[in-house]
Amino acid sequence: MRRIAKDQRVRIRLTLNGRAAAAEAEPRLLLSDFLRHGLGATGTHVGCEHGVCGCCTVLIDGAAVRSCLTFAVQAEGCDVRTAESLAGPDGTLNPLQQAFQNHHALQCGFCTPGILMSFTDYLERNPRPSEAEIREVLSGHLCRCTGYAGIVSALLEAAGHRQSSEPRSKS
Amino acid sequence: MKPRPFDYVRPDSVDEAVAVLAEHGEEARVLAGGQSLVAMLNLRLADPAVLVDITRIAALDEIYDLGDRIEVGAAVTQNRLLAWPRLADKLPLLAAALPFVGHFQTRNKGTVCGSVAHADPSSEIALSLAVLAGEVVLRSQRGTRVLAAAAFQKDMLTTAREPDELITAVRFPVMSGRGVAFREVARRHGDFAIIAVAALVEDKAAVRLGVGGMSGRPVVRHIATADGSAARDTIDGMALELQGYEDLHASAAMRRDLLRRLGPVVIDEAIRCAA
Repeated sequence: MRRIAKDQRVRIRLTLNGRAAAAEAEPRLLLSDFLRHGLGATGTHVGCEHGVCGCCTVLIDGAAVRSCLTFAVQAEGCDVRTAESLAGPDGTLNPLQQAFQNHHALQCGFCTPGILMSFTDYLERNPRPSEAEIREVLSGHLCRCTGYAGIVSALLEAAGHRQSSEPRSKS
Repeated sequence: MKPRPFDYVRPDSVDEAVAVLAEHGEEARVLAGGQSLVAMLNLRLADPAVLVDITRIAALDEIYDLGDRIEVGAAVTQNRLLAWPRLADKLPLLAAALPFVGHFQTRNKGTVCGSVAHADPSSEIALSLAVLAGEVVLRSQRGTRVLAAAAFQKDMLTTAREPDELITAVRFPVMSGRGVAFREVARRHGDFAIIAVAALVEDKAAVRLGVGGMSGRPVVRHIATADGSAARDTIDGMALELQGYEDLHASAAMRRDLLRRLGPVVIDEAIRCAA
Protein backbone atom coordinates (compact mmCIF):
# COMPACT_ATOMS: atom_id res chain seq x y z
CA MET A 1 0.00 0.00 0.00
CA ARG A 2 1.39 3.38 -1.06
CA ARG A 3 0.97 6.10 1.59
CA ILE A 4 2.18 9.66 1.13
CA ALA A 5 1.56 12.34 3.75
CA LYS A 6 0.18 15.65 2.53
CA ASP A 7 3.39 17.61 3.10
CA GLN A 8 5.68 14.84 1.93
CA ARG A 9 7.49 15.22 -1.38
CA VAL A 10 8.26 11.94 -3.06
CA ARG A 11 10.06 11.06 -6.25
CA ILE A 12 7.56 10.09 -8.95
CA ARG A 13 8.93 7.94 -11.75
CA LEU A 14 7.15 7.39 -15.01
CA THR A 15 7.86 6.94 -18.69
CA LEU A 16 7.46 10.17 -20.62
CA ASN A 17 7.37 9.84 -24.40
CA GLY A 18 9.33 6.59 -24.25
CA ARG A 19 12.02 7.72 -21.83
CA ALA A 20 12.32 7.26 -18.08
CA ALA A 21 11.55 10.49 -16.25
CA ALA A 22 11.33 11.45 -12.58
CA ALA A 23 10.71 14.49 -10.39
CA GLU A 24 9.48 15.29 -6.92
CA ALA A 25 5.84 15.85 -6.12
CA GLU A 26 3.52 16.16 -3.16
CA PRO A 27 0.23 14.25 -3.36
CA ARG A 28 -1.87 17.23 -4.46
CA LEU A 29 0.29 18.04 -7.50
CA LEU A 30 -1.71 17.63 -10.70
CA LEU A 31 -0.15 15.64 -13.52
CA SER A 32 -0.49 18.70 -15.79
CA ASP A 33 1.68 20.77 -13.43
CA PHE A 34 4.07 17.87 -12.86
CA LEU A 35 4.66 17.57 -16.60
CA ARG A 36 5.18 21.29 -17.11
CA HIS A 37 7.00 22.35 -13.95
CA GLY A 38 8.53 19.08 -12.76
CA LEU A 39 9.62 17.63 -16.09
CA GLY A 40 9.71 20.76 -18.27
CA ALA A 41 7.36 19.24 -20.83
CA THR A 42 5.49 22.41 -21.67
CA GLY A 43 3.82 21.00 -24.77
CA THR A 44 0.87 20.12 -22.54
CA HIS A 45 -1.23 23.23 -22.04
CA VAL A 46 -3.34 24.05 -19.01
CA GLY A 47 -6.69 25.73 -19.57
CA CYS A 48 -9.55 25.39 -17.13
CA GLU A 49 -8.09 23.01 -14.54
CA HIS A 50 -11.41 21.34 -13.90
CA GLY A 51 -11.73 18.96 -16.79
CA VAL A 52 -13.92 21.01 -19.11
CA CYS A 53 -11.66 22.44 -21.82
CA GLY A 54 -9.47 19.45 -22.76
CA CYS A 55 -6.27 21.48 -23.39
CA CYS A 56 -4.26 19.32 -20.99
CA THR A 57 -5.23 15.96 -22.55
CA VAL A 58 -2.36 13.44 -22.55
CA LEU A 59 -2.16 9.68 -23.06
CA ILE A 60 -1.77 7.53 -19.96
CA ASP A 61 -1.06 3.94 -20.95
CA GLY A 62 -2.49 4.76 -24.36
CA ALA A 63 -5.77 6.34 -23.20
CA ALA A 64 -6.47 10.05 -23.72
CA VAL A 65 -7.30 11.65 -20.36
CA ARG A 66 -7.37 15.07 -18.72
CA SER A 67 -4.04 15.55 -16.96
CA CYS A 68 -5.65 18.24 -14.76
CA LEU A 69 -7.99 15.60 -13.32
CA THR A 70 -5.13 13.23 -12.51
CA PHE A 71 -2.59 13.55 -9.73
CA ALA A 72 1.05 13.02 -10.64
CA VAL A 73 1.28 10.24 -8.07
CA GLN A 74 -1.50 8.37 -9.90
CA ALA A 75 0.64 8.25 -13.03
CA GLU A 76 3.51 6.66 -11.10
CA GLY A 77 4.99 3.86 -13.22
CA CYS A 78 2.70 4.64 -16.16
CA ASP A 79 3.48 5.30 -19.80
CA VAL A 80 2.67 8.97 -20.41
CA ARG A 81 2.67 10.52 -23.87
CA THR A 82 2.34 14.19 -24.69
CA ALA A 83 2.33 16.32 -27.83
CA GLU A 84 6.15 16.31 -27.75
CA SER A 85 6.04 12.65 -28.81
CA LEU A 86 4.27 13.23 -32.12
CA ALA A 87 6.82 14.75 -34.49
CA GLY A 88 9.84 12.79 -35.69
CA PRO A 89 13.30 13.39 -34.20
CA ASP A 90 14.11 15.78 -37.05
CA GLY A 91 10.91 17.74 -36.45
CA THR A 92 8.94 16.15 -39.28
CA LEU A 93 5.27 16.45 -38.44
CA ASN A 94 3.31 13.23 -38.17
CA PRO A 95 0.26 12.84 -40.45
CA LEU A 96 -2.16 14.18 -37.82
CA GLN A 97 0.00 17.24 -37.17
CA GLN A 98 0.55 17.74 -40.91
CA ALA A 99 -3.21 17.67 -41.48
CA PHE A 100 -3.59 20.42 -38.85
CA GLN A 101 -1.01 22.52 -40.66
CA ASN A 102 -2.60 21.83 -44.05
CA HIS A 103 -6.01 23.06 -42.88
CA HIS A 104 -4.82 25.95 -40.73
CA ALA A 105 -6.42 24.15 -37.81
CA LEU A 106 -4.14 25.56 -35.14
CA GLN A 107 -5.36 29.16 -35.07
CA CYS A 108 -3.88 30.38 -31.75
CA GLY A 109 -2.63 26.86 -31.01
CA PHE A 110 -3.53 26.75 -27.33
CA CYS A 111 -6.04 23.91 -27.51
CA THR A 112 -4.13 22.03 -30.22
CA PRO A 113 -1.92 19.68 -28.13
CA GLY A 114 -4.94 18.29 -26.29
CA ILE A 115 -6.88 17.69 -29.50
CA LEU A 116 -3.87 15.99 -31.09
CA MET A 117 -3.54 13.62 -28.13
CA SER A 118 -7.26 12.81 -28.05
CA PHE A 119 -7.23 11.86 -31.70
CA THR A 120 -3.94 9.98 -31.38
CA ASP A 121 -5.86 7.63 -29.07
CA TYR A 122 -9.19 7.74 -30.90
CA LEU A 123 -7.87 7.16 -34.44
CA GLU A 124 -5.89 4.21 -33.11
CA ARG A 125 -9.16 2.60 -31.98
CA ASN A 126 -11.30 3.81 -34.85
CA PRO A 127 -9.09 4.70 -37.85
CA ARG A 128 -11.99 5.61 -40.20
CA PRO A 129 -14.51 7.54 -38.10
CA SER A 130 -17.43 9.40 -39.62
CA GLU A 131 -17.62 13.18 -39.37
CA ALA A 132 -20.27 12.79 -36.67
CA GLU A 133 -17.95 10.55 -34.65
CA ILE A 134 -15.10 13.03 -35.10
CA ARG A 135 -17.28 15.88 -33.91
CA GLU A 136 -18.40 13.88 -30.91
CA VAL A 137 -14.83 13.24 -29.76
CA LEU A 138 -13.96 16.87 -30.54
CA SER A 139 -16.79 17.95 -28.21
CA GLY A 140 -14.39 17.10 -25.38
CA HIS A 141 -12.32 20.14 -26.34
CA LEU A 142 -12.98 23.85 -26.30
CA CYS A 143 -11.37 26.09 -28.90
CA ARG A 144 -11.63 29.71 -27.83
CA CYS A 145 -10.79 30.94 -31.31
CA THR A 146 -14.31 29.58 -31.95
CA GLY A 147 -13.57 28.23 -35.38
CA TYR A 148 -13.91 24.45 -35.41
CA ALA A 149 -14.20 24.24 -39.22
CA GLY A 150 -10.45 24.01 -39.82
CA ILE A 151 -10.04 21.50 -37.01
CA VAL A 152 -12.80 19.28 -38.41
CA SER A 153 -11.27 19.50 -41.92
CA ALA A 154 -7.88 18.48 -40.55
CA LEU A 155 -9.37 15.57 -38.63
CA LEU A 156 -11.31 14.44 -41.71
CA GLU A 157 -8.04 14.39 -43.62
CA ALA A 158 -6.30 12.48 -40.84
CA ALA A 159 -9.19 10.00 -40.89
CA GLY A 160 -8.67 9.47 -44.63
CA HIS A 161 -11.82 11.25 -45.80
CA ARG A 162 -10.00 13.95 -47.70
CA GLN A 163 -7.06 14.05 -49.99
CA SER A 164 -4.22 15.68 -48.19
CA SER A 165 -3.27 18.96 -49.73
CA GLU A 166 0.35 19.46 -50.72
CA PRO A 167 2.46 19.78 -47.61
CA ARG A 168 4.12 23.15 -47.63
CA SER A 169 7.84 22.90 -48.16
CA LYS A 170 9.96 24.12 -45.32
CA SER A 171 12.70 26.59 -46.07
CA MET B 1 -7.67 26.05 -8.82
CA LYS B 2 -5.34 23.70 -6.96
CA PRO B 3 -6.55 21.24 -4.32
CA ARG B 4 -5.80 21.74 -0.65
CA PRO B 5 -3.16 19.31 0.67
CA PHE B 6 -4.32 15.78 1.47
CA ASP B 7 -2.75 12.47 2.46
CA TYR B 8 -2.68 10.00 -0.42
CA VAL B 9 -3.25 6.29 0.14
CA ARG B 10 -3.22 3.69 -2.62
CA PRO B 11 -4.36 0.33 -1.24
CA ASP B 12 -3.56 -2.87 -3.13
CA SER B 13 -6.66 -4.77 -2.02
CA VAL B 14 -10.27 -4.21 -1.01
CA ASP B 15 -9.40 -5.30 2.55
CA GLU B 16 -6.73 -2.60 2.77
CA ALA B 17 -9.12 -0.03 1.29
CA VAL B 18 -11.91 -0.68 3.79
CA ALA B 19 -9.35 -0.67 6.62
CA VAL B 20 -8.25 2.83 5.57
CA LEU B 21 -11.89 3.94 5.33
CA ALA B 22 -12.61 2.48 8.79
CA GLU B 23 -9.62 4.40 10.15
CA HIS B 24 -10.47 7.78 8.63
CA GLY B 25 -14.27 7.71 8.14
CA GLU B 26 -15.70 11.02 6.98
CA GLU B 27 -12.24 12.54 6.63
CA ALA B 28 -11.53 10.24 3.68
CA ARG B 29 -12.79 10.29 0.10
CA VAL B 30 -12.54 7.40 -2.34
CA LEU B 31 -10.79 8.31 -5.59
CA ALA B 32 -11.61 6.18 -8.62
CA GLY B 33 -11.67 7.92 -12.03
CA GLY B 34 -11.76 11.32 -10.37
CA GLN B 35 -13.68 12.97 -13.20
CA SER B 36 -16.05 14.62 -10.73
CA LEU B 37 -14.02 14.42 -7.52
CA VAL B 38 -10.75 15.92 -8.79
CA ALA B 39 -12.66 18.80 -10.41
CA MET B 40 -14.33 19.38 -7.02
CA LEU B 41 -10.94 19.21 -5.28
CA ASN B 42 -9.43 21.68 -7.76
CA LEU B 43 -12.34 24.05 -7.19
CA ARG B 44 -12.06 23.39 -3.44
CA LEU B 45 -15.65 22.24 -3.24
CA ALA B 46 -14.35 19.09 -1.55
CA ASP B 47 -11.67 19.08 1.11
CA PRO B 48 -10.85 15.56 2.33
CA ALA B 49 -7.93 14.89 4.67
CA VAL B 50 -7.23 11.56 3.00
CA LEU B 51 -7.69 10.41 -0.58
CA VAL B 52 -8.02 6.65 -1.05
CA ASP B 53 -7.07 5.73 -4.62
CA ILE B 54 -8.74 2.41 -5.51
CA THR B 55 -7.79 2.37 -9.21
CA ARG B 56 -5.00 -0.17 -8.82
CA ILE B 57 -7.03 -2.78 -6.97
CA ALA B 58 -7.13 -5.49 -9.64
CA ALA B 59 -10.15 -7.26 -8.10
CA LEU B 60 -12.28 -4.13 -8.70
CA ASP B 61 -11.35 -3.87 -12.38
CA GLU B 62 -13.65 -6.66 -13.58
CA ILE B 63 -16.96 -7.07 -15.37
CA TYR B 64 -18.72 -10.27 -14.24
CA ASP B 65 -21.62 -11.92 -16.05
CA LEU B 66 -23.73 -13.32 -13.20
CA GLY B 67 -26.38 -14.68 -15.57
CA ASP B 68 -29.38 -12.52 -14.70
CA ARG B 69 -27.20 -9.54 -13.74
CA ILE B 70 -23.97 -7.93 -14.90
CA GLU B 71 -21.65 -6.86 -12.12
CA VAL B 72 -19.35 -3.94 -12.86
CA GLY B 73 -16.43 -3.43 -10.46
CA ALA B 74 -15.55 -0.07 -8.94
CA ALA B 75 -12.43 0.49 -11.04
CA VAL B 76 -14.08 -0.27 -14.41
CA THR B 77 -14.13 2.82 -16.61
CA GLN B 78 -17.15 3.95 -18.58
CA ASN B 79 -15.34 3.41 -21.89
CA ARG B 80 -14.36 -0.10 -20.85
CA LEU B 81 -18.01 -1.01 -20.21
CA LEU B 82 -18.98 0.71 -23.47
CA ALA B 83 -16.46 -1.48 -25.32
CA TRP B 84 -17.59 -4.69 -23.54
CA PRO B 85 -18.58 -6.98 -26.44
CA ARG B 86 -21.80 -8.24 -24.83
CA LEU B 87 -23.08 -4.81 -23.77
CA ALA B 88 -25.60 -4.26 -26.59
CA ASP B 89 -27.06 -7.73 -26.06
CA LYS B 90 -27.15 -7.85 -22.25
CA LEU B 91 -27.56 -4.20 -21.30
CA PRO B 92 -29.03 -2.35 -24.28
CA LEU B 93 -30.05 0.60 -22.10
CA LEU B 94 -26.43 1.13 -21.00
CA ALA B 95 -25.30 0.81 -24.62
CA ALA B 96 -27.68 3.67 -25.44
CA ALA B 97 -26.92 5.82 -22.39
CA LEU B 98 -23.14 5.54 -21.98
CA PRO B 99 -22.23 7.57 -25.09
CA PHE B 100 -23.93 10.54 -23.38
CA VAL B 101 -21.74 10.27 -20.26
CA GLY B 102 -19.23 13.10 -20.40
CA HIS B 103 -16.80 12.96 -23.30
CA PHE B 104 -14.63 10.25 -24.87
CA GLN B 105 -11.71 11.65 -22.86
CA THR B 106 -13.51 11.64 -19.48
CA ARG B 107 -15.04 8.19 -20.11
CA ASN B 108 -11.49 6.88 -20.52
CA LYS B 109 -10.95 7.50 -16.82
CA GLY B 110 -14.36 8.03 -15.24
CA THR B 111 -15.80 4.89 -13.68
CA VAL B 112 -19.29 3.44 -13.79
CA CYS B 113 -19.44 3.09 -10.00
CA GLY B 114 -17.94 6.53 -9.44
CA SER B 115 -20.79 8.10 -11.33
CA VAL B 116 -23.30 6.23 -9.15
CA ALA B 117 -21.34 7.19 -6.01
CA HIS B 118 -21.23 10.86 -6.98
CA ALA B 119 -25.05 10.85 -7.35
CA ASP B 120 -25.43 13.84 -9.63
CA PRO B 121 -29.18 14.23 -10.28
CA SER B 122 -28.60 14.27 -14.05
CA SER B 123 -26.27 11.24 -14.14
CA GLU B 124 -27.03 8.93 -17.04
CA ILE B 125 -25.58 5.89 -15.26
CA ALA B 126 -27.50 6.46 -12.02
CA LEU B 127 -30.66 6.89 -14.11
CA SER B 128 -30.00 3.65 -16.01
CA LEU B 129 -29.33 1.79 -12.76
CA ALA B 130 -32.61 3.11 -11.33
CA VAL B 131 -34.68 2.22 -14.42
CA LEU B 132 -33.20 -1.28 -14.50
CA ALA B 133 -33.79 -1.64 -10.72
CA GLY B 134 -30.12 -2.49 -10.22
CA GLU B 135 -28.10 -2.84 -7.05
CA VAL B 136 -25.12 -1.25 -5.34
CA VAL B 137 -22.66 -3.48 -3.46
CA LEU B 138 -21.07 -1.88 -0.39
CA ARG B 139 -18.18 -3.33 1.61
CA SER B 140 -16.82 -2.32 4.99
CA GLN B 141 -15.03 -4.07 7.80
CA ARG B 142 -18.52 -4.66 9.22
CA GLY B 143 -19.44 -6.78 6.20
CA THR B 144 -21.11 -6.51 2.80
CA ARG B 145 -24.53 -5.11 2.06
CA VAL B 146 -26.40 -4.82 -1.19
CA LEU B 147 -28.79 -1.91 -1.69
CA ALA B 148 -31.41 -1.41 -4.37
CA ALA B 149 -30.65 1.61 -6.56
CA ALA B 150 -33.75 3.35 -5.21
CA ALA B 151 -32.53 2.90 -1.62
CA PHE B 152 -28.97 3.97 -2.47
CA GLN B 153 -29.39 7.42 -4.01
CA LYS B 154 -31.21 9.61 -1.48
CA ASP B 155 -30.97 13.03 -3.02
CA MET B 156 -28.69 15.39 -4.93
CA LEU B 157 -25.09 14.19 -4.26
CA THR B 158 -26.41 12.26 -1.26
CA THR B 159 -26.38 8.49 -0.90
CA ALA B 160 -26.89 5.78 1.72
CA ARG B 161 -23.18 4.95 1.75
CA GLU B 162 -21.71 5.07 5.26
CA PRO B 163 -18.31 6.78 5.64
CA ASP B 164 -16.53 3.47 6.23
CA GLU B 165 -18.08 1.78 3.20
CA LEU B 166 -16.56 1.23 -0.22
CA ILE B 167 -18.77 0.71 -3.26
CA THR B 168 -17.13 -2.39 -4.73
CA ALA B 169 -19.55 -2.89 -7.63
CA VAL B 170 -22.92 -2.11 -9.16
CA ARG B 171 -25.16 -4.77 -10.69
CA PHE B 172 -27.37 -4.17 -13.70
CA PRO B 173 -30.19 -6.68 -14.38
CA VAL B 174 -29.86 -8.24 -17.85
CA MET B 175 -32.50 -7.00 -20.31
CA SER B 176 -31.66 -8.87 -23.51
CA GLY B 177 -34.10 -8.22 -26.34
CA ARG B 178 -36.14 -5.63 -24.42
CA GLY B 179 -37.13 -2.37 -26.06
CA VAL B 180 -35.15 0.52 -24.63
CA ALA B 181 -34.46 4.13 -25.49
CA PHE B 182 -32.43 6.94 -23.99
CA ARG B 183 -32.32 10.62 -24.81
CA GLU B 184 -31.16 13.75 -23.11
CA VAL B 185 -30.97 17.47 -23.70
CA ALA B 186 -27.70 19.24 -22.95
CA ARG B 187 -26.10 22.48 -24.12
CA ARG B 188 -23.30 20.53 -25.77
CA HIS B 189 -22.99 16.77 -26.30
CA GLY B 190 -21.31 15.40 -23.19
CA ASP B 191 -22.27 18.27 -20.88
CA PHE B 192 -24.47 17.68 -17.87
CA ALA B 193 -27.93 16.73 -19.03
CA ILE B 194 -30.56 19.37 -18.42
CA ILE B 195 -32.93 16.46 -18.43
CA ALA B 196 -32.40 12.82 -19.35
CA VAL B 197 -35.17 10.32 -20.14
CA ALA B 198 -34.90 6.54 -20.35
CA ALA B 199 -37.62 4.04 -21.26
CA LEU B 200 -37.83 0.27 -20.94
CA VAL B 201 -40.72 -1.69 -22.44
CA GLU B 202 -42.34 -3.96 -19.82
CA ASP B 203 -44.91 -5.59 -22.12
CA LYS B 204 -47.37 -4.58 -24.84
CA ALA B 205 -49.32 -2.38 -22.46
CA ALA B 206 -46.71 -0.92 -20.12
CA VAL B 207 -43.37 0.88 -20.03
CA ARG B 208 -40.95 1.90 -17.32
CA LEU B 209 -40.03 5.55 -17.67
CA GLY B 210 -37.04 7.04 -15.87
CA VAL B 211 -36.29 10.74 -15.61
CA GLY B 212 -33.06 12.40 -14.52
CA GLY B 213 -32.49 16.11 -13.94
CA MET B 214 -35.99 16.84 -12.63
CA SER B 215 -35.33 16.29 -8.94
CA GLY B 216 -32.51 15.32 -6.59
CA ARG B 217 -32.45 11.75 -7.83
CA PRO B 218 -33.71 9.65 -10.73
CA VAL B 219 -37.47 9.08 -10.78
CA VAL B 220 -38.89 5.86 -12.21
CA ARG B 221 -42.56 5.28 -13.02
CA HIS B 222 -44.42 2.33 -14.47
CA ILE B 223 -46.84 3.67 -17.03
CA ALA B 224 -49.66 1.64 -18.53
CA THR B 225 -49.58 2.73 -22.14
CA ALA B 226 -49.35 1.28 -25.62
CA ASP B 227 -47.57 4.30 -27.12
CA GLY B 228 -46.04 7.67 -26.35
CA SER B 229 -49.03 9.87 -27.09
CA ALA B 230 -51.29 7.86 -24.77
CA ALA B 231 -48.80 8.56 -21.97
CA ARG B 232 -48.94 12.35 -22.41
CA ASP B 233 -51.28 13.00 -19.48
CA THR B 234 -49.24 10.80 -17.14
CA ILE B 235 -46.01 12.54 -18.18
CA ASP B 236 -47.64 15.93 -17.77
CA GLY B 237 -48.65 14.86 -14.25
CA MET B 238 -45.07 13.79 -13.55
CA ALA B 239 -43.75 17.16 -14.72
CA LEU B 240 -46.14 19.02 -12.45
CA GLU B 241 -45.49 16.76 -9.50
CA LEU B 242 -41.68 16.79 -9.81
CA GLN B 243 -41.61 20.54 -10.52
CA GLY B 244 -38.02 20.47 -11.76
CA TYR B 245 -35.38 22.88 -10.48
CA GLU B 246 -33.61 25.96 -11.71
CA ASP B 247 -29.87 26.12 -12.30
CA LEU B 248 -27.41 27.84 -14.61
CA HIS B 249 -28.58 25.82 -17.60
CA ALA B 250 -32.36 25.87 -17.43
CA SER B 251 -35.37 27.08 -15.49
CA ALA B 252 -37.73 24.65 -13.77
CA ALA B 253 -40.40 25.51 -16.36
CA MET B 254 -38.02 24.64 -19.20
CA ARG B 255 -37.25 21.30 -17.52
CA ARG B 256 -40.97 20.50 -17.22
CA ASP B 257 -41.47 21.41 -20.85
CA LEU B 258 -38.54 19.26 -21.98
CA LEU B 259 -39.93 16.29 -20.05
CA ARG B 260 -43.37 16.74 -21.65
CA ARG B 261 -41.82 16.77 -25.10
CA LEU B 262 -39.12 14.16 -24.65
CA GLY B 263 -41.13 11.61 -22.62
CA PRO B 264 -43.52 10.46 -25.39
CA VAL B 265 -40.70 10.46 -27.98
CA VAL B 266 -38.52 8.19 -25.85
CA ILE B 267 -41.44 5.83 -25.09
CA ASP B 268 -42.21 5.51 -28.82
CA GLU B 269 -38.55 4.89 -29.56
CA ALA B 270 -38.38 2.10 -26.97
CA ILE B 271 -41.55 0.49 -28.36
CA ARG B 272 -40.19 0.67 -31.92
CA CYS B 273 -36.93 -0.84 -30.69
CA ALA B 274 -38.86 -3.74 -29.09
CA ALA B 275 -40.83 -4.45 -32.28
